[in-house]
Parts: sequence; C-alpha cells; structure tokens
Amino acid sequence: MSNLLRGSGRWESGLAAVLVILVIVASSVSPQFLTGNNLFNVGLSYGEIAIMTLPMTLIIISGEIDLSVASILGLASALLGVLWSKGWPMPAIFVVVAITGLAAGAVNGLLVTRLRLPSLAVTIGTLALYRGIATILLGPKTVANFPTAYTNLGVNGVPFTGNDLTYSALIFAVLAIIFGVTLHATPFGRSLYAMGASAEAAQFAGIRVKRNKTILFMTSGLVCSLAGVLWTFRLDTAVQNNGLGLELDVVAIVLLAGVSIFGGKGSIIGVVLAVLVFAGIQNALLLTNFNQEATGIVTGALLLASVFLPNAGRWVRRLSRT
Amino acid sequence: MRATLIPRRQQRPGRQGDADRRTGGAALAERVFRVRESGIIVVLAVFVAVTAAVQPRFLSATNIQFILVDTTVFALLALGETMVVISRNVDLSIGSVLGLSAYASSNLFGPHPGIPIPLVFLAGLGIGLACGAANGIMVAAGRVPSLVVTLATLYIIRGIDILLFSGKQVVQSTLPAAFIQIPRSTTAGIPDLAIAVAVVIGIGAYYLRTYRSGRDLYAIGSNPEAARLAGIPIGRRVFTAFAVSGAIAGVAGVLWAAQYETIDTSAGTGYELQVISAVVVGGVAIFGGSGSVIGAALGALLLSTITTALYVLGISPFWDQAIWGFLLIVAITLDQTITVRLTSALRKRRTRHE
Repeated sequence: MSNLLRGSGRWESGLAAVLVILVIVASSVSPQFLTGNNLFNVGLSYGEIAIMTLPMTLIIISGEIDLSVASILGLASALLGVLWSKGWPMPAIFVVVAITGLAAGAVNGLLVTRLRLPSLAVTIGTLALYRGIATILLGPKTVANFPTAYTNLGVNGVPFTGNDLTYSALIFAVLAIIFGVTLHATPFGRSLYAMGASAEAAQFAGIRVKRNKTILFMTSGLVCSLAGVLWTFRLDTAVQNNGLGLELDVVAIVLLAGVSIFGGKGSIIGVVLAVLVFAGIQNALLLTNFNQEATGIVTGALLLASVFLPNAGRWVRRLSRT
Repeated sequence: MRATLIPRRQQRPGRQGDADRRTGGAALAERVFRVRESGIIVVLAVFVAVTAAVQPRFLSATNIQFILVDTTVFALLALGETMVVISRNVDLSIGSVLGLSAYASSNLFGPHPGIPIPLVFLAGLGIGLACGAANGIMVAAGRVPSLVVTLATLYIIRGIDILLFSGKQVVQSTLPAAFIQIPRSTTAGIPDLAIAVAVVIGIGAYYLRTYRSGRDLYAIGSNPEAARLAGIPIGRRVFTAFAVSGAIAGVAGVLWAAQYETIDTSAGTGYELQVISAVVVGGVAIFGGSGSVIGAALGALLLSTITTALYVLGISPFWDQAIWGFLLIVAITLDQTITVRLTSALRKRRTRHE
C-alpha cells in the first residue's frame, strides 16, 4: 500500500508544486499573468492542444502512440473549409467531419491491431497520409468567412464566467472529467493499464486488447477532429497546414505528466497539471518578452527532467544500498 | 536486413558448429532480404518508367542530377538514423541538429570571408557530434527512452538555434562561390556530391555488415537482454550510434546550406519524420534488429524521386505527402508479412534439422 502511494501521486504532487511556484514567480514578475484577460488568452492558445492530450494519454498508457493527431486536426479543418466553401450547412459538415475523424482513427487502430504493425511507424505514415489528404482537399486555398455565430465560439468567452473562460478550455475541462472517470473508474479504463503493462497477459486475462485499442484510436480521431473544428473557428481560417507539428507538443505534455512512454502508467490529473504547467510556462515567457519561438528550450528541459527525475530516485536508492 | 542477423561469412573461430546448421536458414534469410531491397528498386523503376513514358523530360540529365542532389542530404541523414533505429532507438533531433549546424556553419562566412571551406564542414561536424554525443550520453548512461530524450533535444536544439540567430538570415551573397558550387559540380554528368554520399553510404553499409561493433547494433536491436548477456557493451555501441547520427546531421546541415543558399532558423524543421519515413520505407524495422543502410538510402531515393516525378508530371505537389504516407504503410505491412513468413519458415527448418 505504501508502495502504491509512493508510486502514484508523487509525480502529480511534484507537478502541482511546479505549477504553484510557476504561478507565484510569474505573477510577481508580470502583474499581467493572473489577470482574467491573460488566462483567457492562455485558454485560447492551448485549448486545442490540451484537448488532444486526453486521448493521447489513454493511447500511451495502453502501450501505443498516435503521432497522426495533428494531421487529423488538419484534415478536419480542411474538410470543414472545403465543405463550407461548397455551401454545405454547418450541422451536416459537423457530421461528416466527425465521421472522418472516427474513420481516420479506425484506420490507425485497425492497422495497429489487425495487422499487428507498430503504432509508431503506422502513425508516422498516417501523419503524412492525413496531412496529404488535407492538402489535396484544400490545395493552396484558404477558406475564411465562416459564420460569426461559430467563429464567436472560438474568440468569445463562455457566458457567466466573467468572459475569462474560452469554450475550448471549457470543453477540455468537461472532456478531462469524462476521460478521467473512464480511465480511473471503469473496467475499460483499468484494462488500459493492464494492456500497457503487458498486452499478452491482458489478452490471457480476457481483456479484448484489439477491440479496446481500436476504440482508443477512434476516440483519438474523433476528439482531434473536434480540435480541428475549434482551431478553424478560432482562427477563422482553414488552410492545409493548420496545426502542423502539434503532435510533438501533445506527446511532450503527456510525457511531462508522468505517463510512461512504455505504457501502463499515468493519470489524467497528471495530464491536466502538465497542460497547465506547459501553457503557464510558455505564457509566462511570452509576458517576459522571451523569444516566443525559443520557449521550446523550456519544454525540452522539462521533458528531460520528466525522464531523469524518476530515475534519479532509483539511482540514489541503488547507491545508498551499496 | 533480416539476413544479416546471421553473418554471411563465418569469420570468427569457435562458431563453426553453428555455421553448418545455420547456412540453410541464413541463405534463405539472405534471399528474402535481397527480395525486400529489390522490391524498392522495382517500385522505383516502375515509377521512373511511368513518369518517363508520360514526360520524357523526366529522364533528362539535368533532372536526374537534380534528383540525385536532392537525395544526398536525405540519404545521409537516413544513414545515421538507420544506425540508431537498428539498435532499437530513435533519433528525433536530427532536423534540429541540421538546422543549427546549417546556420552556425554557413554564418562563419560572413565575419570570416576567407575561411577555408573544410573548416566550415569541420564546424558543422563538431556541432552535430556534440549534439549527438549529448543524446548518446543521456540514452546510454541515463538508460532513459531515446524517443523522449531526442524529442526533448529536438526542442532544445531548435530553441538554441532560434535564441542565437532568430530574425536573421544567412544570405547567398556572403557565401563563397566555391561553397555554393559543392552540390552543383559534376563528373561525367553525375553530381560529385552524389558520388561522395554513395561512397559514404557504401562504407556505412560495409561497417554495419562486417565489423563487430556494427553487427552488435543488430544484436542490441533484436534482443537487448540477450545482447547484454552476450557481453556486448550496449551503452558504448548505442552512444556511438547517436554520436554518428548527430555528426552526420551536422555535416548534412553544411550541405543543406550550400544547396539552399539562404538559411534561417527554420531549416530542417520537421525533417526528422521524413527521414524516419525513408528509413522505414527502406525496410528498417522501427523496433530495431533488422534493415540495411542501402535499403534506407534507396528509401530516401524513392521518396525524393516521387516528389520530383509529381512535379514533372504536373501533378500538384500536394499529392506528395499522401503518397509518402501510403507507401510507408504499404512498406511496413509488407515487412510484417515477410517477417512472419520468414520466422515460421526458419522455425520449420530448425525443427527438421534437429
């Protein structure tokens, strides 16, 4: 029991501590940091990335990876743009985009589970494939002028929150609860840990590994297409390179959250904290006029810390034992 | 290179007993592996033939030269990545290393117009080697997953690049003519650079196939635990693979600068996934243990030929990525089928012999 407590929760408390320190330091350096306006901007800038970390968490816990998330976002955005420019009604477009997202995820899932291909390679392939389809659909075109009723969702705050909460942040919060409950409190969620620890053992224990993994990839496809719609409305543009390269940010956040790249370990609380730390640090650096593009250095350093710190404990213990 | 799991020539004494029993299996594996490599050549040939039939201009000397030069940097990076991937690791930082090296090395010409070109290459090599060694130390000594480490260094190295050189550009006018000429000079119609890279790839292929330290990478990739028990210095070998991959990316950065002439801090962004695609299309297993440098180089050649072919055919370059992705998936599906078939064939053989 003590082992269990020590194993889980420690990383999350570390992240929470980092977050508290970050908030204290950032708000003392820049009085702007804790203003509602700034928090709104953070929600705007990182909403879609945050949403995509949730299915990615489940997939990595189950021992796989999905690098095609940003391409599915781009595909959804391109599809939305093309169909809108052809005069389709919005509700019909949403249905098509959602089905496409599910289908894109299903292709990933079936290739990984039925053909037993490594998900790393498969999703590098579909990363190119889905982005490719998005570019074929849209070409060099830019579609803008979406109806304001929808683009307002991207730029306005949720009512009754003092306009400080973006819709994407609200969606993230709701999804985080749904994913959290699913992962931690349902047999399906618990089975993901078993699959991540050992797919074979999970199979023998009667867990439907292939079905569950396919469901995960399809969920990822659906959620990422939702992120694509949000992204398009926020910028009021559909271009073929929407969200290009975001997959690495998503993976970085999930790993920062203490989710093991080998599967079997991690929690949604950790991911929520990691999202906040990631967005908070980038935003704080922005406010202090640090070169915005170079904030990757901090992301990278955090990632390194996330793999070395847990091991550091092991090394110290080993040293003290000898 | 599934075949080279088993050395073709039995050089080391003390393994003779094994040799007799294994030759049948080794020969079979060797044959299959040849088929896999010829597979890429066939796809390449079909592609070239179809394109040339539609548009004869595709086979013009200029165009072939263009494809070859375009492939050189790509194939070089694929060589380094292959070494890393064979050892069941991955190097995601090469795009960033290339970018940093491209800017930092070509930037030397501005303040020091007379600087000898080899020195610039050495600078690029040094930068790459330092980055690769940093990756290697963390992966080998820290025993942490290379995917995470190199994802982190991808960000960090690109961040350093941006911090140092953001908003600036190296422009063509500062580069000496001899430097720009490097990717453009030809011998008997073949770009010198392509010849040089082919030689380097040949050396790399020979090294991985015949040298003990090269073969060790395959052993580590197929079964790290068994490799450790067999006394293979895993840490040192993995470190070397990362150092070489970094050094190659450094040199590739200098070549990139010579080829594109205008360099900013975005050079090579996202290149890592393209290189890994080429490596996997070339038949290198993503989880290590099999594959060849030649295959990876052919993969790179195939992918860049497709890009040019689409251009020549007047098909929108927007089709490029979709075709790449599709090919990649076909390639891994094919590899999976081959591996399953080959393993069962070898198992049958073994039972028959015993």
